[in-house]
Amino acid sequence: MSRHRRTVWTGPGASSARELADRETVAALSPRVPLTPGLVGLRVLVVLTAVLGLNYVVWRWLESINWSAWWIAVPLVVAETYSLVDSLLFGLTMWRLRRRRRPPPPPEGATVDVFITTYNEPLDLVMATAEAAQQIRYPHRTWILDDGARPELQERAEAAGIGVITRSVEWAGRQRHAKAGNLNNALMTTDGEFVLILDADQVPDPAILDRTLGYFRDPQTALVQTPQVFVNVPEDDPFGSQAPLFYGPIQQGKDGWNAAFFCGSNAVLRREALMQLGVSRYVTEVELAVTRTLRTADRVLARARRGLDPSQTEARAALDAVAGAVARSRADLRAGAALADVTYRFQQQVDAAARRLVDADVTALESDLAEIAALSSELDAEEAGPAELDRAALARLAHRDWSPLGAVETVRALVRAIDVDRDDEAQPLMPMATISVTEDMATCMRLHALGWRTVYHHETLALGLAPEDLGTMLTQRLRWAQGTVQVMLRENPLVQRGLTPAQRLMYWATMWSYLSGFAAVVYFAAPVVFLVSGILPVQALSADFFLRLVPFLAVNQLLFYLIGRGKRSWRGQQYSLALFPVWIRSVTSAVANVVFGRSLAFAVTPKERQAQTRRPWHLVRPQLVVMALLVVAAVVGTVRMATGQASALGTAVNLVWVAFDLAVLSVIIKAVRHRGPQVEPAEVPA
Amino acid sequence: MTQFQTETTDTGIGVVRPVGRLNMVAAPRLRSLVAELVARGTARIVVDLSETESMDSSGLGALIAGLKTARQAGGDLRIAAARPQVEAVLDLTNLRRVLRPRPDVAGAFAGD
Repeated sequence: MSRHRRTVWTGPGASSARELADRETVAALSPRVPLTPGLVGLRVLVVLTAVLGLNYVVWRWLESINWSAWWIAVPLVVAETYSLVDSLLFGLTMWRLRRRRRPPPPPEGATVDVFITTYNEPLDLVMATAEAAQQIRYPHRTWILDDGARPELQERAEAAGIGVITRSVEWAGRQRHAKAGNLNNALMTTDGEFVLILDADQVPDPAILDRTLGYFRDPQTALVQTPQVFVNVPEDDPFGSQAPLFYGPIQQGKDGWNAAFFCGSNAVLRREALMQLGVSRYVTEVELAVTRTLRTADRVLARARRGLDPSQTEARAALDAVAGAVARSRADLRAGAALADVTYRFQQQVDAAARRLVDADVTALESDLAEIAALSSELDAEEAGPAELDRAALARLAHRDWSPLGAVETVRALVRAIDVDRDDEAQPLMPMATISVTEDMATCMRLHALGWRTVYHHETLALGLAPEDLGTMLTQRLRWAQGTVQVMLRENPLVQRGLTPAQRLMYWATMWSYLSGFAAVVYFAAPVVFLVSGILPVQALSADFFLRLVPFLAVNQLLFYLIGRGKRSWRGQQYSLALFPVWIRSVTSAVANVVFGRSLAFAVTPKERQAQTRRPWHLVRPQLVVMALLVVAAVVGTVRMATGQASALGTAVNLVWVAFDLAVLSVIIKAVRHRGPQVEPAEVPA
Repeated sequence: MTQFQTETTDTGIGVVRPVGRLNMVAAPRLRSLVAELVARGTARIVVDLSETESMDSSGLGALIAGLKTARQAGGDLRIAAARPQVEAVLDLTNLRRVLRPRPDVAGAFAGD
């Protein structure tokens, strides 16, 4: 595996060198983005794009919609507005593009834990990463976080002197929260000041900590993210695995707004920031659970009461006691009492009520037994033994869950929820967010909301493996998109407290980009509609139309080109439209999950290639149908033009559009036909 | 190195006194001390913070973990005699909303 060339940080030398180093350290840690001539030029272009884009889209809304064909005209103008907003958000991201130079040297004596997260990856792969992690130069401890708890991995890790962390017993029977749960579990059993997180297939460079820890000299820095780059991807990147625009200008732009994203791997985090997040989330969640339960308690208790038999007077009295405790807890909370005190008193009162209930039963039982004993002693004076009561067993009966109160499931759940121990979770502190299948974005947003800073360090310091077959790639993209949409729905950045307006928009920009699937469908449909039926979604293909649209498109592409600086950003552009079924499904499934509580059908991305016997055309059926429709429409449109049924200009414009759509979608054909590295066939002697 | 002093009062309340800094290095020790006390039947615990110079979020995390352990055994964990630095982290993380520091150890379980 090739290592990247980099400048080596030299230790303190002559005093002038040290001064220079100090100045560089200050610059590297300063939240200010230096205004270089390049950045000024970029900003001019950003403003120009915004002005031209608004000039076009506002005119489209006000002057150009063909209302007689509203069913295609309105979706098209909405899709165009979507794209304009996307472009504006991109421009805003580029506004504070920050290319950090040399990182400061690591702080002295920092303690670091390196976490390698794994679930079901092949052992050789995990061990290769773990052994590379051991070779990281800065002093640290290496841990494999094995969510599969595989004994063989344990054995091999121990032999190599690497620690293994598996879930503690508390997790049994509770929600596991996937990778977030795995990390949260490990955070409780380790104590390093900093944590480097690596996916099982991300092989770290020995210098990764030397190059990243220095940013933590700023005590407000919570995270340093480095790029994710894949080694097993061919030059033409058929699956669009590399994300040169994201791990580059986009992250650098977000960095300028103090909104660099955490991407789950190849990142160093400050434990204090994570634990602080865990503690404040704990407070929020406990408060929410207790107040919500207290609010609905009356209804639950009334229902339980209706379910009682009229003869159950003791149980009725116990429910009354619980209702009284609920009322008192509400009053205490309103008076500003602490949650631990309120819930403790509540539990004590419920316990007392349960005990009274059991005592009443026991008294009745004892008198029954006494009668039996009296009867049997009359019959046989020597066999009075069995009438003794097991006092200890009776005391256990008074426990919340076993008492007659606990027999009513809803009441039991109610009593459990009015507590501060978060009995529903394996551990009270969950620093890594568990609200999404991708824990990184939500965690990062919460850190920003608490006022922490994040850094993007643009240097490849780990080399990973990308999916090598189409099915795995599609699963992975679907999962990322679902995770992002989940966060958008559960913790919308636009309304989160503690974020700056720019941070809100930086998070929103990424979420917004995942809505592109709907726009793509419109962009495919509009030319087909015209070529087949002659219906134009705009009033006329006038000079006005071209004069407004073409300059916008040209400047927009120029901006893209300059920012990409020769990077292969076309592949990314293709996939943002060509994977439209994946993006649409991510939105519909995340909405079903968040709003209606349905399962996401979440799958762990397999790191091994799926068995591939034939080309997986079935995975891209929607795209193939769209391509066929586009080709048919092009033929029909050409015939219509030739026979004088359609205008030459309209047909020409729409044929160019179809050609663009097909160029975008062609990446799908490439992806289906791509075969990952083949196993070398055994040599056959001639 | 942070020291921990433990004792049990006449009324059966366990007292844990962290001396020094209650930080990410010391937090696991506090967690296991509370767990041991609870396992031995002392479920009512006071963490005496009079000798605790400073606390970080891991220290707070250990208090929360201890609170959970004590509660699940039918007891409780309370904190007492916090110094200004500790009061400040309670405010910063909003943990005061859950855990109210008591003025002194003797009165921590008064009335309950």
